[in-house]
Amino acid sequence: MSTFSRTDRSQLGQWWWTVDRWTLGAILALIFIGAILVLAASPAVAVRIGLDSFYLVRHHYAMLPVALAIMIGVSVMSPRQVRRMGVIGFFIFLGLTVLTILFGQEIKGATRWINIGPLNLQPSEFLKPTFAVFAAWMFSLQHSDKRVPGYLISIAAYLVVVGLLMKQPDLGMTSVVTLTWFAQFFIAGLPIIWVVAGIGVGAGGLVFAYFTFPHVTERIDQFLDPKAGDNYQIDRALEAFSNGGLYGRGPGEGTVKLVLPDAHADFVFAVAAEEFGLIVCLVIVAIFAFIVLRSLLRMVGENNLFILLAVTGLVTGFGLQAVINMASSLHLMPTKGMTLPFISYGGSSLMAIALTVGMLLAFTRKRFPGSVDL
Amino acid sequence: MKRRNDHMRADKFAAQRSQPVINPMALEAEPEGRQKRALEMGHTRLMLGAGLFCVAFLVITARLAAVTLLPGEDDAGVARQKIASTGRADVIDRNGVVLATSLTTASLYANPRQITDPDSVAKRLAPILPELNPTATATKLSSDRAFTWLWRNLTPKQQQAVNNLGIPGLYFQYETKRIYPQGNLTAHLVGFTDIDGKGIAGVERSFDDALNGGTRPLQLSIDIRVQHIMHEELSNAIRDFHAIGGAGMVMDVRTGEVLSLVSLPDFDPAQPGAAPADARFNRATLGVFEMGSTFKTFNTAIGLDSGTVSMTGGYDASKPIRIGGFTISDYHGKNRFLTVPEIYAYSSNIGSAKMADDFGTETQQTYLRRFGMLEKSSIELPEVGAPMYPGLKNWKRINTMTIAYGHGIAVSLAQLISGISAVVNGGDMRAPTILKRQPDQIPAGQPVISEQTSINMRALMRTVVQEGTAKKADAPGYLVGCKTGTADKLQGHTYAKNARMAVIVCSFPSNNPRYAVAALVDEPVPNEHSYGYATAGWVAAPVAGALVQRMAPLYGMAPIPDSDPAAQNPLAALVADYDSPNSKKPHSMVTQVKATANGATPATQSKIPVDDQEDVTGPPQNTDPGASIADE
Repeated sequence: MSTFSRTDRSQLGQWWWTVDRWTLGAILALIFIGAILVLAASPAVAVRIGLDSFYLVRHHYAMLPVALAIMIGVSVMSPRQVRRMGVIGFFIFLGLTVLTILFGQEIKGATRWINIGPLNLQPSEFLKPTFAVFAAWMFSLQHSDKRVPGYLISIAAYLVVVGLLMKQPDLGMTSVVTLTWFAQFFIAGLPIIWVVAGIGVGAGGLVFAYFTFPHVTERIDQFLDPKAGDNYQIDRALEAFSNGGLYGRGPGEGTVKLVLPDAHADFVFAVAAEEFGLIVCLVIVAIFAFIVLRSLLRMVGENNLFILLAVTGLVTGFGLQAVINMASSLHLMPTKGMTLPFISYGGSSLMAIALTVGMLLAFTRKRFPGSVDL
Repeated sequence: MKRRNDHMRADKFAAQRSQPVINPMALEAEPEGRQKRALEMGHTRLMLGAGLFCVAFLVITARLAAVTLLPGEDDAGVARQKIASTGRADVIDRNGVVLATSLTTASLYANPRQITDPDSVAKRLAPILPELNPTATATKLSSDRAFTWLWRNLTPKQQQAVNNLGIPGLYFQYETKRIYPQGNLTAHLVGFTDIDGKGIAGVERSFDDALNGGTRPLQLSIDIRVQHIMHEELSNAIRDFHAIGGAGMVMDVRTGEVLSLVSLPDFDPAQPGAAPADARFNRATLGVFEMGSTFKTFNTAIGLDSGTVSMTGGYDASKPIRIGGFTISDYHGKNRFLTVPEIYAYSSNIGSAKMADDFGTETQQTYLRRFGMLEKSSIELPEVGAPMYPGLKNWKRINTMTIAYGHGIAVSLAQLISGISAVVNGGDMRAPTILKRQPDQIPAGQPVISEQTSINMRALMRTVVQEGTAKKADAPGYLVGCKTGTADKLQGHTYAKNARMAVIVCSFPSNNPRYAVAALVDEPVPNEHSYGYATAGWVAAPVAGALVQRMAPLYGMAPIPDSDPAAQNPLAALVADYDSPNSKKPHSMVTQVKATANGATPATQSKIPVDDQEDVTGPPQNTDPGASIADE
């Protein structure tokens, strides 16, 4: 495996010996599983929406090298470069998100997408990791530099981001961004009284959303009372899990992908369960748990507050997205419309996740203590 | 406490720092002051975050295992919902015979994008589905769409044959189809659903919610055997007398359960759209008609029960009544004083009107309301007609007198049979029902008349069969008691010249009635066997008689010999046979003196109906039967 000599001082050589190879391996495993599952789930969806059956597969496979390049490329950078990139990226994607609201196309009742040249981007996907980096920086500045009101800037930025996301509206993204930011604030030392207050406000926000946005009301009602309303999607998904059993029905033998509109994205976990069974699903859960817990636990030994907060933010966002996707497929929570990182088909989301783990890998590289000059 | 901990940690760092550096990687950068405390707290809280994620992943794992491996409560819920969403409960009769059910059928559709040779596919399907047009099918199959219906609801044989062709791109979609195995026989009663399985007529509509998603069959009080007998006998009468329609009901007088409900003409519930509107009109519940002399049953019961007249009392019927420009007279007038049994058996309008005049308008209204004549029947069908009668304030003396013999009030057959049941069952009014009632579900009933009045009424009705107009309704041994009525039909605001409604109400056995029968025949025309008559005694009575004859054995009722004490009716001896030659004197009963076109109710129309063309059930003795019809 080791193709670089320990004495190799080239950037790539240094990277190889300092990067968290366990996490990298886990991510590559996810990408591999995702590449298999997109073969299983997306042809049925493509045919249904009138595309060539392998259109989505080709698209996904074309994006994979790009995603890998982004991930490796970012992870090679120094923490300082990553922070700079993250902060600049935050402002760029914030601007693009504003543009989507002004000029974006409305798809399924929300304006989240924007065309940049040939690319069809969902800037809010990229806003999520870059905002985590920006917020981490501000939180750490509060502690390291008395002149900077880090908390206040972070709160203000948070309000702007959430305001934009609610305007789209994108409640799933709003809750992930909120939870991530709150987790960072919590780690950064938010007094307990404010933690309690924050949880209260969050709950209040959910109740507010429930009474304000009709589609939120509908989804929560459906979750609370399975008999009310149309539970078609979740019923089919549960059926898929039950069909799959321990070993699955075998590749290509699934039926849920034929009826679920988002089989390749929101419900890819159900497709995996039906065709490949419980064991493969448990492997997927284990990989996500491994990445999240390993990254968090490594941070217990981290003495740079910015890196601690940035990694917490990135990993929380990544982990929450996985947890929410799997939990909604399993009817543990209302459906949210969120992709499963690396497993789901998805251009924008794949790029954004690659950026997220790229930054994560960059921050978790072994460093000489004190070598981080931030 | 916290502060002390911080100090201890700081001491540890201090100790570390003093040691010689061996591994640079183990050496931590030196955090200072505020930042250091923040880091300490961050590390502690990080563990909490990791813990929360741990719990989340464990919950997902547990749920994953449960959903995948256990056929748990949630899966069962899904399965139940599936059944509920596709199924609609059966409708069965009182003995469990299926009246409506849902079958899963296969419907053929194609994905034209997968069809390579549309013409050949269309040609190969043609012999299996002969009604499929091959040219149109080929066009459909050549389209660029991904879905097109080819044929709905294939038979299993057709489905197998299409499967055997093995053509890729053809698929089956399973649908449920509502099936009515009894066809026309229960069309008006059971009703039908639209293509989405939503009930839009009859029981299908009134019990739509219970049937939809219900898994237990809905059991009706109907007995399909009795329904069949009624349907057949009524059809015969309609055919024999070239009538335009008819209706018949049978009711259990002790429970209010409807055993049969027939309205003719009827329709095929599989294709309700193909039937003319008249065929979909329910004459038994939606149609309201003047029921003519059958109302004398209520009138006599009111007189006896209110005590204004006794069984031995009577009224002078020698002269027609002139009131408010109208004349009320009798069809077969005896022109003498008539006792109550005679008034009822001979169907005297004069006697009935005088009886009603005696107990008065208010008493009449009170009793008729209790008999259910003034309100819509509560029978559980959507097609229920409201009765028509003068407003309570416009209910004048003349109205009271004509309502006495069933004119100036129009009710449904369902109302009529419920009232008759109350008259004969000991005097208790029960709401009619088309649902089977278990013994503990039978309502107590509202007392309307005394038991003694009820007993008298049974004897009176029996007399009508023994000595009066309903001889053809007799079924030997079953002690049928009846009252006939023939009413001119209203057409617009006047009574039709030659359009009649022939009605009969019966109960049997008269010594202890169990069942009531009511039948009406709409616009019968005299035929070659009826000597020019198309009255209830000729048209409707045979329906009731034949029905009792066929139905009673099914219910295990033994015939009662004529010699049996229970079969004796002392009243019969008091009433001379209606057919005796000297009783015959046909003439016009009601002549208009002055037209008062005060139009709201039938009775106050310009012409009072010629009531009660009750006639003989044997050949009439007088000269020209046709003349007697023309005469009125």
